Amino acid sequence: MENKGLSKVDLIFEEINAKEVLQKAFAMTSEEIIQQVLESGLKGRGGAGFPTGLKWKYTAAEKESEKYIVCNADEGEPGTFKDREILDKVPYKVYGGMAIAGKAMGARKGFIYLRGEYRFLLPQLFIELHKFHKMIKEIGFDFQIEYRMGSGAYICGEESALFESIEGFRGEPRNKPPYPTTSGLFSKPTSINNVETLVTAMMIIKMGGAEYVKLGTKDSRGSKVFSISGDTPIPGIFELELGMSVQEFVNEFGDGDTKAVQVGGASGFCVPRKRFIETIIGFEGVPTGGSMKLFNSSRSMYNVLHNYLEFFTEESCGQCTPCRVGCQQLLKGIEKVKKGEAKSTYLNELIKLADTMKVASKCGLGQSVGNAFRSIVENFREEVIY
Amino acid sequence: MYHTGNLVKELADKHGRQRENLMPILQDIVRKYNYLTDEAMVEVATELDISAAEVYGTASFYTFLDTQERGKNVIRVCKTITCSMKGKNDIIAVLEDILKIKVGETTPDKMFTLVETNCIGWCHKAPAMLINDMPYTDLTPQTVIDVVKGYMSK
Repeated sequence: MENKGLSKVDLIFEEINAKEVLQKAFAMTSEEIIQQVLESGLKGRGGAGFPTGLKWKYTAAEKESEKYIVCNADEGEPGTFKDREILDKVPYKVYGGMAIAGKAMGARKGFIYLRGEYRFLLPQLFIELHKFHKMIKEIGFDFQIEYRMGSGAYICGEESALFESIEGFRGEPRNKPPYPTTSGLFSKPTSINNVETLVTAMMIIKMGGAEYVKLGTKDSRGSKVFSISGDTPIPGIFELELGMSVQEFVNEFGDGDTKAVQVGGASGFCVPRKRFIETIIGFEGVPTGGSMKLFNSSRSMYNVLHNYLEFFTEESCGQCTPCRVGCQQLLKGIEKVKKGEAKSTYLNELIKLADTMKVASKCGLGQSVGNAFRSIVENFREEVIY
Repeated sequence: MYHTGNLVKELADKHGRQRENLMPILQDIVRKYNYLTDEAMVEVATELDISAAEVYGTASFYTFLDTQERGKNVIRVCKTITCSMKGKNDIIAVLEDILKIKVGETTPDKMFTLVETNCIGWCHKAPAMLINDMPYTDLTPQTVIDVVKGYMSK
C-alpha cells in the first residue's frame, strides 16, 4: 500500500483571485470542466466519498432544463467542524465552486443548506454572497445562490433527507434509486456536494486535474481538511495530504499516550494502537469526512461507545425499524452487559444486530452505526464489559 | 404563551405560501418567540393551506423547532463525546446552580431554558454551548458564569 507520510497542504484556505478562476471556468465547455474533475480523482469530502466527476457527469447528462446545485453545509458528524471554518474563512470559494458546478451541469440555481447551529455565520455569509452575485453578473454568468437553514437534525446531512427538509418536510431519507443526479431537489436533477468538495473543485479548475493528481494516493487523491479534537495538544483544523498512516498522524497530533483514534466521527471507525502503523487514512484504509478524535489511556471506550449510541438513538429519524429499534437496543444492550445483567457473550448478539442494521437500514445513518460499534467492541471488549 | 398578531401572515407574505416555505416561516417564528404554540402552528397551516398535523409533524421532527414553552434565551450545552470528555458535566452543574433549574427546564421568569444538544461543531474548543445563535467555546465554570450574567443583565 502507498504511504505518503504526513505533509501539510494549503489549497482550501489559500486566498485566490476568484474572478480569474471563474473566467477560466466559464471559458471552458461543460465537458472540459467535468473532464478536469474526473481526471483529478476527487472523491466527495463529506464522508461518503462518491467520485465528484461522475456525479457531475451524470447530472450533466440529464436532459431537464431545470437542475440544481446543492451545497451540503449540514455538518453534523461528531468531531467535524471544518466546513464551518471554510465558510467562515473562504465563503467566496464555496460560491465559486457552486457556480463552476452550475456551468458544468447547466444549472442556474444553487442552494446552500446550512445547519442551524451555524446560523451565527449568516450575516457575514450574506455580505460575501452579495459581492459574489455582483461579480458573476459582471462576468456575465447567470447563477443565483440561496441559503436554507437546518433546525438541529443530524439526519438532514443525508442528501435526500436534506432535500425533504428544503422542500418543507420532515428530514426523512428517501428510497434510492432514483439518485439525486436524476431526481433530487424538487424532483429535478441535482448535484449535491459537500462544502469542501466544491472548494476543491474550484482549486482543481485553477491548477488543473493533472496537477491535483500529484497529491495523495491512487485511491485517495489530493488533500483533505481534517478536524482534529480529543486528547491532543493541538486541536484544530489542518489540511493534510491524503495517504498518511494513523501512526504518522498520531506522531504529529497525539499526546504521547494515544490508545485509539476514531476516524470519521461517530459513524466512522475506531482504530486501536496496535493497528496504527498498518492503517492508512483514506479510502484504501479508513475513510473520513475529516473527523479525527484522539483518545488517550485515561478514557473509557465504553463511555465513548455509549455516547455515540445515545447520539444515534436521538438522531435516527425513526422511519425504518432496523435503525430506530436497532440503535435503542444496542444502547440498552451495552448498558446491560456493563451492569452484569447480561452475559458478555451478549455482545456477540449485538454485533449481529449491528451487522443486520448495515444491510437492512434505509440510509447511511443506520448502515454505519455498526462501524463504530464493531470496531470499539472488537478492539476494546474488556473495557465494554468490565 | 404569546399572540402572533400579524406575524404569521407577514412571514407568509415574505417567504411565500408553498410547502417549501414552511421551514423558513417556522424558523422565523421561533427566532422571535423561542417556540411554537399550537395556535401559531394552526395559523401557519391556515396560511399555507395544509393541515395542522402536517405543520406539527414537520416542526416536531426538528430539535430547534420547539413545540414546548422556551425561555427568551435557550442555552444548549453540547453533550457529544469531546465536550463530554472535556468537562461538560461541570458546565451543566454551574448552569443549574446559577439558573436554579435542571436540564430541560425553564426559569420561572421565562428568561432561560437549559438543554443539552448534540455536536455543535466546536470539538476543538470544547466544552462548548450555544445561547440562541451564539456559540461560546473553551468554557470553564468561571467563563460560563460571566457569559450567563451578561445575558441576565441584558
